[in-house]
Amino acid sequence: MKSPADVLKQTEELRWQLPQNLHDRIAESIHGEAARIAERSITRSGAGRRLAWQQKLDRVLTNPWTAFPVMVLVLGAILWVTIIGANVPSGILTSLLVDQGHALLTEWFAAAGAPAWLKGLLVDGMYLATAWVIAVMLPPMAIFFPCFTLLEDFGFLPRVAFNLDRIFQKAGAHGKQALTMAMGLGCNAAGVVATRIIDSPRERLIAIITNNFSLCNGRWPTQILMASVFIGTLAPKGWGGSIAALSVLIVALTGFGFAMLASWLLARTVLRGEATTFSLELPPYRPPDFWKTLYTSLIDRTLIVLWRAVVFAIPAGAAIWLCANVSIGNQTIAAWFIHAAEPLAWTMGLTGVILLAYVVAIPANEIVVPTILMLTVLVTGATGGAGAGVMFETDDESVRAILTAGGWTTLTAVCLMLFSLCHNPCSTTIYTIYRETRSVKWTMVSTLLPLAAGFALCATVAAVWRVLA
Amino acid sequence: MTCPSRFSQLRKLGLRVEDSDFVIALAGNPNTGKTTVFNALTGLRMHTGNWPGKTISRAEGGFSYGGKRYKLVDLPGTYSLLSASPDEEVARTFLLFGQPDVTVIVAEATCMERNLNLVLQVLQITRRAVLCLNLMDEARAHGISIDTRHLARDLGIPVIPCAARSGEGIPELIREISTMAARAETPPPRRLPLEIPGLRTALDRVEEDLREVFPQLPQPRWVALRLLEGDREIMQAVQSGEIGALTVPAGAQLTANS
Repeated sequence: MKSPADVLKQTEELRWQLPQNLHDRIAESIHGEAARIAERSITRSGAGRRLAWQQKLDRVLTNPWTAFPVMVLVLGAILWVTIIGANVPSGILTSLLVDQGHALLTEWFAAAGAPAWLKGLLVDGMYLATAWVIAVMLPPMAIFFPCFTLLEDFGFLPRVAFNLDRIFQKAGAHGKQALTMAMGLGCNAAGVVATRIIDSPRERLIAIITNNFSLCNGRWPTQILMASVFIGTLAPKGWGGSIAALSVLIVALTGFGFAMLASWLLARTVLRGEATTFSLELPPYRPPDFWKTLYTSLIDRTLIVLWRAVVFAIPAGAAIWLCANVSIGNQTIAAWFIHAAEPLAWTMGLTGVILLAYVVAIPANEIVVPTILMLTVLVTGATGGAGAGVMFETDDESVRAILTAGGWTTLTAVCLMLFSLCHNPCSTTIYTIYRETRSVKWTMVSTLLPLAAGFALCATVAAVWRVLA
Repeated sequence: MTCPSRFSQLRKLGLRVEDSDFVIALAGNPNTGKTTVFNALTGLRMHTGNWPGKTISRAEGGFSYGGKRYKLVDLPGTYSLLSASPDEEVARTFLLFGQPDVTVIVAEATCMERNLNLVLQVLQITRRAVLCLNLMDEARAHGISIDTRHLARDLGIPVIPCAARSGEGIPELIREISTMAARAETPPPRRLPLEIPGLRTALDRVEEDLREVFPQLPQPRWVALRLLEGDREIMQAVQSGEIGALTVPAGAQLTANS
């Protein structure tokens, strides 16, 4: 009776008698057989009409001279549509959920004779944080995600990867990183999972570590609000929206530049190695099924991401309210932190409030702006709010008024936009990175590298700005 | 979650896949529309995108047809089952050890030749397979016509022309899956014409040994070829005896006994 080991031994001996290039010859036989079968059953009657226009389109979309302007224009157009289109529904949601909803709940709690701390924690903390997140996030996401998905279904993404491949190769990274970074524009955690399409562990790590430089949708609202409130208002009337979109586009492209720089540095130092080649098929353009795509991206992407934001906003709302209302010694927890962080924040062109907001917002980037507004009111005692730790209605005008009262300048807004681009990933992404790499070391690197970049970037911009101004 | 479909006997079961009678695998080249076929069969809305490599891990769903429950597994797209990228490993391991009752190979009608490479490789592992020629609408637009009866005869498996996006051919595909799943006998894997000096004798000898050590092994010739090529995963499976656990699919046995 033979054993498995005998079979393997026998194989080992027989292998010596076979041609050296056995693997290739087997592959050739399979290819030959496939070609024979295909030839017997397929007939072609001239090239169809669709081939011609697809070739023309590919010539424009993959030509180095036209491809890059087209890509930048497409991204810019999506941002513009998102900023302009989200304005009105955001306003409606704000007045509905924040103004009227909050007033209604306040009345109910008063009528029920609830104690002030309970009303504060539940209504001013949890409810308002959640309402704010929905009002600010839902409209831009409901526009941005479907646009992005339509492009994806049409077949634009593989062309982007194709165009960027040479840049990625030069940086020592994998061309498919373009696809994972594009996914990161939606959600970094999703982008990190998507790096599984990269086979080489070295290049995959580079893609994971640098994914955070893709602005995720939790940060788009911060970017868009800062751009609209501080930069758009500098522009002549009527141009505000376009200038705001342009400045967000510049931040997004800066992120891309940082991702390339970080990849290049990693590939030259700790993650050295040859860049592997890959073949990416350019799929035919396929007309997306518009309504189906709209439905799928609303249900499967927008609502899932929104739900996640809400789940994190509820406890964060409570934490913010507690921070602002519980005192240790002669001042609140929030005030202690803000005063301690002020010198560091000043160096970075930010404020202590912003740094505290980023600590509170580790679970979800979406709540950064609401936290900042609430804390600014607390520290400056600006009116318009409903007391300490309460977030309130916020159209662009009143946001500007409150923040200016909090000592904000255009520099603060610019540095916040940059810091929002370069800081640690949210807790979900950090956990996802750990799950994908199974390494505490690389998780730490992925978390701290963008943070260090953010400190350096903001400090440099602030220093240069102060010298010039 | 179930909803009546225009194909009267079909009930889409979405994610409810427990207690299935048959396991169906979906294999194919990247970006051939496997996920679209998957969605059409299960009524799920897994996200699809027009770029290769979109499905990164396997997705599962279910449907019921003619009183039987089917579990459907969407495998990542691969160009071959030869080299071992993680995607190919997931697909190959499932085809080999997951022992699906039917493997639906989704191929793109617009570039048959390349797609057939994978089809031929799958057929070396299992002949309980149905070829779904997807994107027939695109092929027509490109002026390509395919003689599906001829193709079916050459490959030895049923061939169904489809356009999964619009639902064209899906009822026929389901019917063919159910027929194949209910088939009692499992046809022997398809052999490749390998005209390489010395290979046939070597294959015969290793196959004989394998039959002796693992009498239940359904595809000894494929395993023999992989061993001669020095495939580490298969060598390990032989070493540990794990490969001996491979027998004919459970569903097929069930039908044979009843």
